Amino acid sequence: MRELTYGQGIKEGMRIKMLENPDVFIFGEDVGLFGGCFGVTAGLFEEFGEKRVRDTPISEGAIIGAAVGAAAVGLRPIPELMFVDFATVGMDQLVNQAAKMRYMFGGKLKLPMVVRLPSGGGVAAAAQHSQSLEAWFTHVPGLKVVYPSNAQDAIGLMLTAIDDDNPVIYLENKTLYAVAGQVEDEVKPIPLGKANIKREGSDVTIITYGKQVYDSLKAAEILEKDGIDVEVIDLRSLYPLDTEAIFESVKKTHKVVIVSEEAKRGSYAGELAAIIADECFYECDAPIKRVCALNTPIPFSGNLEAYVLPNADDVVQAIKSLF
Amino acid sequence: MKISNETIIEMYEKMVKIRKFENRALNLFAEGQFGGFVHLYIGEEAVATGVCEGLREDDFITSTHRGHGHIIAKGGDLKYMMAELYGKDTGYCKGKGGSMHIADATKGILGANGIVGAGHNIATGAALGIQYKGTDQVCACFFGDASTNQSTFHEGLNLASTWKLPVVFVCENNGYGISVSQARHQNITDISQRAVSYNIPGITVDGNDVFAVYEAVSEAVARARKGQGPTLIECKTYRWRGHFEGDPTVYRPEGELEQWKKKDPIPRLEKYMLENQVMTQDEIDKLNAKIDALVEEAVDFAQASKFPDVSSAVEDVYTDIVEEGRSR
Ligand SMILES: Cc1ncc(C[n+]2csc(CCOP(=O)(O)OP(=O)(O)O)c2C)c(N)n1
Ligand SMILES: [Mg+2]
Repeated sequence: MRELTYGQGIKEGMRIKMLENPDVFIFGEDVGLFGGCFGVTAGLFEEFGEKRVRDTPISEGAIIGAAVGAAAVGLRPIPELMFVDFATVGMDQLVNQAAKMRYMFGGKLKLPMVVRLPSGGGVAAAAQHSQSLEAWFTHVPGLKVVYPSNAQDAIGLMLTAIDDDNPVIYLENKTLYAVAGQVEDEVKPIPLGKANIKREGSDVTIITYGKQVYDSLKAAEILEKDGIDVEVIDLRSLYPLDTEAIFESVKKTHKVVIVSEEAKRGSYAGELAAIIADECFYECDAPIKRVCALNTPIPFSGNLEAYVLPNADDVVQAIKSLF
Repeated sequence: MKISNETIIEMYEKMVKIRKFENRALNLFAEGQFGGFVHLYIGEEAVATGVCEGLREDDFITSTHRGHGHIIAKGGDLKYMMAELYGKDTGYCKGKGGSMHIADATKGILGANGIVGAGHNIATGAALGIQYKGTDQVCACFFGDASTNQSTFHEGLNLASTWKLPVVFVCENNGYGISVSQARHQNITDISQRAVSYNIPGITVDGNDVFAVYEAVSEAVARARKGQGPTLIECKTYRWRGHFEGDPTVYRPEGELEQWKKKDPIPRLEKYMLENQVMTQDEIDKLNAKIDALVEEAVDFAQASKFPDVSSAVEDVYTDIVEEGRSR
């Protein structure tokens, strides 16, 4: 075992595949000498050179679109956008092109590409640099969506995402980049659609991913003192989704709380609640609860932002309301 | 073009105000007084100043992530700006926006913007509104060199030129988009060349010469007011600080900053004023002291202000709906 930060994990995943396969390459704004807006690609430019770690103009449409075209002719591009918020600028290329080309063309084309999108709030970056837009991507048939919560998973999911022959949206939480974690010496690829039970428990299930895994584990610790035994599931992959792990847990605990940083209305958390209601309604003995951000843009001022975003106490409160 | 002494002094005052505000913001940020992304305008003061001096109070501007200079030049109040950097209740945006999103509708400031390239089409739309209502206002659109690689730049110029809308497109070419130099992000050196594609006037001026900027803008504004459509003005300049506060600027070639510092627009104007008896040294010193006091007043105001009440977080999403809050 060794210690790596989340950001280093993302980089290691890319680096392993770049060493292995010359068709894997990175491009995006300031990913070269500058090392990326959050330093994730630092050192890769020096190691692999400008051909494989390219700075692009500020043109998100071109970044995603060029990845689609390059993937269509057999490469495995890893485009990076600085913030998930800027996916809006490249959305046509992602939603109408990347996600649909294979289907429209009757399965005649493969588009292996991994789009890296730093997400989430908590860094005083205000409304246009702090969003959690995972529901937009999971809503679009043709895209796979992953969201690691720690360095080990960041590597394992990256290895699989790069080898996947479909467009994969790789969401990253920007407050986690510097968070260190234990990592196996040789990390194995993590199959997409395989959740991780972070904590076993018998009284209530928390389904979550990304930064909220930490808030949820903290809530579980607090609740333990009150005699509530919490299970925490880190989805890791939002689509494909590990419904088996979710249903198993619900059948055991009969209570579910879903935690995400999204604005609640129209969230992926809502989709999870719907899936559970569809399939496991009679297993639940309490309402399915969602703990999310408020239905507002993310404000700048620290106290407002903290109020809008969900935290461990909100999770505790939601769980207590079920007992 | 004859520029009156009154106008020259006004421009000098604006440039110094921007410089001093930014220098103070820089120190406060370094002290950890506030956080977030702060993009400073130091070195580029002549652009915002020359442009806004050529506008009327009822004209509009759209700004960028590097917006402090534009807002000060268009008449923004330092107190409300500083309070917004602090995220205070009394700030321009009640603490919701921060440095990157300052707006003042009463001054025609349609907002700083965190999305590179977002202003091109918004300015075009504001100009559409002007044309529709039949007034003779204009909208000046500020944007950086690197933003001209967004499709919005081309869409905005195309629409504005086709519909002859009263926009003045002002490109602040400071040679970089974060770490990427202009030569590495586009295949041209003069962005004004792009005007050819839209059959509108395109001109490149020394962006550190406030007179040159003012003259070019005045001409463009006159055209726009007469219904003759948009102009593209490229102002060559340089940012002295990193892209944002905290940027180590590893990408800057040695000596480049020093070269540009020699072209500092402020001493340049001071020299002109002294040589042409526009102001005496004593008057210049007094004006500087007055601005120092204004900046300090802004800092005091910001520090004395309260943080917004959390209940305000769910207001302003809509005009009529207040979203649900939290029980904490
Ligand atoms: C759509 C979008 N892409 C990327 C960014 C990140 N970003 C912020 S400022 C900037 C560079 C802008 O360069 P330029 O337009 O030349 O303005 P300057 O910063 O030089 O004033 C970048 C890439 C952003 N805010 N929005
Ligand atoms: Mg620039």
